[in-house]
Amino acid sequence: MPNVAQPVLDVQDLKTVFRTRGGEVHAVNNVSFSLKPGELLGVVGESGSGKSVTMMSLLGLLPSPPAEIRHGTVMFDGRDLLKIKPQALRAVRGGQIGFVFQDPMTSLNPVYTVGMQIMEPLRKHMGLSKRAAATRARELLELVGIPDAQRRLDDYPHQFSGGMRQRVMIAIALACDPKVLIADEPTTALDVTIQAQILELMQELREKLGMAVIWITHDLGVIAGIADRVLVMYGGQIVEHAPVADLFRDPQHPYTRALLKTIPSISGERAKRLTVIEGQPPLMLAAPDACPFRARCDVAFARCAVENPPRYDVGHGHDAACFYDARTGAPRHA
Amino acid sequence: MLDDTPKPLVRVRDLKMHFPIHAGLLRRRVGEVKAVDGVSFDVMEGETLGLVGESGCGKSTCGRAVLRLYDITAGEISIDGREIGTMSQTKLRPIRPTMQMVFQDPQASLNPRMTVEAIIREPLDEHTSLSMAEKTAKVAELMDAVGLNRKFAKRYPHAFSGGQRQRIGIARALALNPKFIVCDEPIAALDVSIQAQVVNLLEDLQEQFGLTYLFISHDLSMVRHIATRVAVMYLGKIVELAPREALYRDPLHPYTKALLSAVPEPDPALARTSGRIILQGDVPSPSNPPKGCNFCTRCPAVMDLCKEIEPDYRQVQPGRFVACHLYNETTTTADQTAGTGA
Repeated sequence: MPNVAQPVLDVQDLKTVFRTRGGEVHAVNNVSFSLKPGELLGVVGESGSGKSVTMMSLLGLLPSPPAEIRHGTVMFDGRDLLKIKPQALRAVRGGQIGFVFQDPMTSLNPVYTVGMQIMEPLRKHMGLSKRAAATRARELLELVGIPDAQRRLDDYPHQFSGGMRQRVMIAIALACDPKVLIADEPTTALDVTIQAQILELMQELREKLGMAVIWITHDLGVIAGIADRVLVMYGGQIVEHAPVADLFRDPQHPYTRALLKTIPSISGERAKRLTVIEGQPPLMLAAPDACPFRARCDVAFARCAVENPPRYDVGHGHDAACFYDARTGAPRHA
Repeated sequence: MLDDTPKPLVRVRDLKMHFPIHAGLLRRRVGEVKAVDGVSFDVMEGETLGLVGESGCGKSTCGRAVLRLYDITAGEISIDGREIGTMSQTKLRPIRPTMQMVFQDPQASLNPRMTVEAIIREPLDEHTSLSMAEKTAKVAELMDAVGLNRKFAKRYPHAFSGGQRQRIGIARALALNPKFIVCDEPIAALDVSIQAQVVNLLEDLQEQFGLTYLFISHDLSMVRHIATRVAVMYLGKIVELAPREALYRDPLHPYTKALLSAVPEPDPALARTSGRIILQGDVPSPSNPPKGCNFCTRCPAVMDLCKEIEPDYRQVQPGRFVACHLYNETTTTADQTAGTGA
């Protein structure tokens, strides 16, 4: 993959807040990242860390109010998705940018056949005739490995198993040859052996179709297996960003380090006791003018409570938002 | 204990739990879902038996059936030497304090209209004749034991986070000093960083109160951490049961092998090199299991024999049980029913 390639998607300084009766929730704070053609960008974080809200913000999927995008740019195909008209955005969404949601049980419409649901984007976005759309729908089902595709077009979602439904969701997302596929926890609701099938399918499809993928998950194991680069999110911010091998070999942010220690493995040394990250994730009601992880951090010091750390470059496309330099074992001077 | 050999606290033999399917105008019985179809195992005193499998394999039903939350179809269950398999629910009531359950979803298993104190006190109201003051003291003690601040006793469940709610559920299960606790996916609904807190708590309590756990989970890496022995279920049956280290180092049953290889490893170097066994297809319906071995439709090592004859569940090495025709010759003992072992 050439490093010089123009990013297909470039997000700068995105900030989303939710207005609630209890005050403003700072769900996404100054998030910036870019996606290169053909790469798979993993996004990890716990629930409430802002990973899904980030992706929904950039596609205009959040109801407003309560959500409000304060500032930021989302450049895709030479246009800022946050500034274009709703109709234009609708053409991008489901067309050039495909979306796969977490729960295949609830994201398919139970009263329409699977065939009709795959044909919908084909007819809306690509203006295909009914017959052409039906042919393409069959090809898509074959592409995602559903046996007996022609017959299954007339089946309803409840006639498919969980793994098969997620394949249907992927087929819908792929219908219009997207340049970018955003997959939000696509395997979380599935069993491990079915998850392995979907992960393998995804790798195949990327090779075949050459699209860029953003893969949101809380499972570091999944990320290790498929991602090229990883963003780690905590408290609505990107706290670390690195190529996948560097992230696991040399994590720089205290949160990433702690997270990697808490997950038990099925091989290797078995820890006598699990390492725990004490405390709870932040509520994000406070303005983001301090490090969100400071209360649970084992290397936090005075500065962390008065200033929110920027993302410090640590070399080789790796950065971490922390005032503490894990390599020297001392606070950064900058 | 008088001797060193572990005694089984819970002994389950050939447990079956079938649910009828009714259909048509007259709601006639047209078949049954064989959720649990003949499982046998022992849980030793003080150990944690992990019960793993994919969704729909019957592991939760098995856990609930062992506690007699259902009227079982067939089989024997004895807890602490008493046979409870066919006992009536009325007769079971005085025995219930010894066996408790921690549920998966702490959101759904706590009554939103009861305070934490009332939730933890409820088992004491039902089963003991303590005075109110004694109960309040006991509740405070339990809250300390699970790491909840006593000051929050008057609050309602919604005021707590997922991990804290699970602590409330654990405190409630502990209220009557049980010996045996079935933990049904206790950490599945929690975030990764909170899971470790709850697992450590369960381990501490086990040591402190000498508890015995049946730990039901689909998370193989967490089970490796907490369990002493592990049973693997597939489509209503136990396909393999072995001590933890042996199972993870050298799985025998083809399903266990596939299941372990499907777990994503949090290590990019390992994740990309290890040969992953990808199973084809989906789990068959438990209302219409295949003839022969239940796994024969997806097994990478399937033989003709497997499609005809169901393999026996037997001991192939000391303490290791497997139900697979691949191990027919290696049988070391004729013991075909016991789930006991080292």
